Amino acid sequence: MEIVVCVKQVPDTETRIKIDPAGKGIVREGIEYVVNPYDEFAIEEALVLKEKHGGKVTVITAGPDRAVDALRTALAMGADEAIHIQASQEDAVDSIGAAEVMARALKEIPFDIILCGKQAVDDDNAAFAPALAEFLGLPHVTVVTGLEVDPEAGEAQVVREIEGAQEHITTSLPAVIAAQKGLNEPRYPALRGIMQAKRKKIPVSTLADLGLEGETLPARTEVLSMMPPPPREGGEKYEGEPEETVARLIKALQAEKLV
Amino acid sequence: MSDKILVIAEQRDGQLKKPALEALAAAKVLGGTVVALVMGQGIGDLAETLVAHGADEVRVADSADLALYSGEGYATVAASVVKEVGPKVVLASATAMGKDLMPRLAAKLGAGLISDCTSLEVEDGRLVATRPVFAGKAFAKVTTSSEPAVVTVRPKAYTPLEPAEGRDGEVSDVDVGDLVIRAMVREVVKTAGERPDVAEADIVVSGGRGMKGPENFKLLEELADALGGAAVGASRAAVDAGWMPHSAQVGQTGKVVTPALYVACGISGAIQHLAGMSRAKCIVAINKDPDAPIFEVADYGIVGDLFKVVPLLTEEIKKLKG
Ligand SMILES: Cc1cc2nc3c(=O)[nH]c(=O)nc-3n(C[C@H](O)[C@H](O)[C@H](O)COP(=O)(O)OP(=O)(O)OC[C@H]3O[C@@H](n4cnc5c(N)ncnc54)[C@H](O)[C@@H]3O)c2cc1C
Ligand SMILES: Nc1ncnc2c1ncn2[C@@H]1O[C@H](COP(=O)(O)O)[C@@H](O)[C@H]1O
Repeated sequence: MEIVVCVKQVPDTETRIKIDPAGKGIVREGIEYVVNPYDEFAIEEALVLKEKHGGKVTVITAGPDRAVDALRTALAMGADEAIHIQASQEDAVDSIGAAEVMARALKEIPFDIILCGKQAVDDDNAAFAPALAEFLGLPHVTVVTGLEVDPEAGEAQVVREIEGAQEHITTSLPAVIAAQKGLNEPRYPALRGIMQAKRKKIPVSTLADLGLEGETLPARTEVLSMMPPPPREGGEKYEGEPEETVARLIKALQAEKLV
Repeated sequence: MSDKILVIAEQRDGQLKKPALEALAAAKVLGGTVVALVMGQGIGDLAETLVAHGADEVRVADSADLALYSGEGYATVAASVVKEVGPKVVLASATAMGKDLMPRLAAKLGAGLISDCTSLEVEDGRLVATRPVFAGKAFAKVTTSSEPAVVTVRPKAYTPLEPAEGRDGEVSDVDVGDLVIRAMVREVVKTAGERPDVAEADIVVSGGRGMKGPENFKLLEELADALGGAAVGASRAAVDAGWMPHSAQVGQTGKVVTPALYVACGISGAIQHLAGMSRAKCIVAINKDPDAPIFEVADYGIVGDLFKVVPLLTEEIKKLKG
């Protein structure tokens, strides 16, 4: 099986976000970047599929120079090949634009299944997978917590999480699958894998190579401004015997008409 | 520029979802004619409710192929209605269905997508949407020059309009035609019992590592029942320990919740957890550590042992409600 995983590099979830002085983006200095947490599930699932059915796992990202570290992490986990599409990203990128670029890149390589994360935890769009599928003319399933592939039949059984229920879906392959937590437990890279990943050559292509103009991922949306969330302050803190603290809490909740 | 807003109104099992009515309320903010599209099978009688809640026109796409949701089927039908109606904005709620459908529709239309917005405005004749980014650690104001603009609004960001009985609206059928659906839902299996999903509930009671074990979540169930059918959520620590299903996880890599009341029990308040719940209207924290970061966002906090505080709180609320 030819398995492709789209990965995005994002700020570590520990990051305290600060708005830049221009008020249009975030302060990038000092940020640590990681593989998008949901993409770790996608990478793991790809490795499991390869272990089960044979084949090759290729990871691909569209992003700035630093994004190559995300590819190396995936290689260290066990992916076979990596491709870097070099493009700068504005803050809160447009996932449809990223999908458009990816669709062009994927026309050049073979695949039986494409895995992504459910959502990138920087832009929080959760939009890339359905858009990519549309651009490639493929079916898609998002928020996936279960996947069984039958390469012979060219089919997959997929479990998708919705509000208070699961959809059990049969899809033809190739398809675009977006991974949700619960699909698997991502492995940690082994030392050997890390060493091998360091040495691996990662081919780079530019947007121009894909027939696109400019050096930034295309976007149909524009960020006008960014601001910190409205501040939230701690209110009252009751200490003492439970009988007393509970009584005070109930009184406060009653005043707010919450009980 | 067109003055029409197309709202894709979600139904499941022949019932309109509350977020569909919220999306209608959001559309009203933008002004102009609101056209609602509802897709499914045997759903003609939903049109009246949509009109009562603000739709000026309703398109009903009724077909066996649309009985269960599919990204391909729904996007194809929605795109054909977009072409016929010519709206300036296509809007839906950012539910599991809206999040899955709207990006595909945007790609099909070659349109810009602004997802999971918490408010919409019209400034100088153009749409300006506010949306959380970095899991709510920042907010962005976003616009698009694309027409139509494809937009999803976060559930509960808007309140449905009071239904106006006897309101007039033109209802017409959509010619569905042949659909190619390769990712087909075979079955929908309920996972939550009677309890609502954390993302949908008005009250959420959550437990963390401080709960000590899965058996103790019974205490939170009882509190949730006393509060009137609240949802029960969990921190990642509680989910990773296997005490609660991952669908209950609140936070940056779980669900973002905006209930009227969020009760955090034995949760320290890590940055990733706060990202998921700090937009709740009222936050209550119960933690034995007075320095736990959760108290920095809690409107009301009790410093104490949750195993004493929670049962007592449940008792008192029960008494109150008689
Ligand atoms: C990539 C990534 C993504 C993440 N995403 C999420 C996410 O989506 N959601 C999330 O929640 N976390 C997430 N985390 C994990 C997060 O960093 C914390 O580890 C986690 O939230 C801690 O859970 P907790 O508060 O239950 O546990 P702890 O931090 O261990 O806190 C337990 C609390 O219980 C209190 N306690 C103990 N016993 C009692 C008692 N008897 N009575 C009262 N209080 C008591 C303690 O004082 C303590 O404050 C993520 C981490 C990473 C790295
Ligand atoms: N620039 C990108 N390069 C590669 N994959 C991406 C990119 N942007 C998004 N993705 C994939 O799409 C998923 C959802 O992202 P988003 O729609 O931006 O929330 C991510 O988890 C990645 O798997």
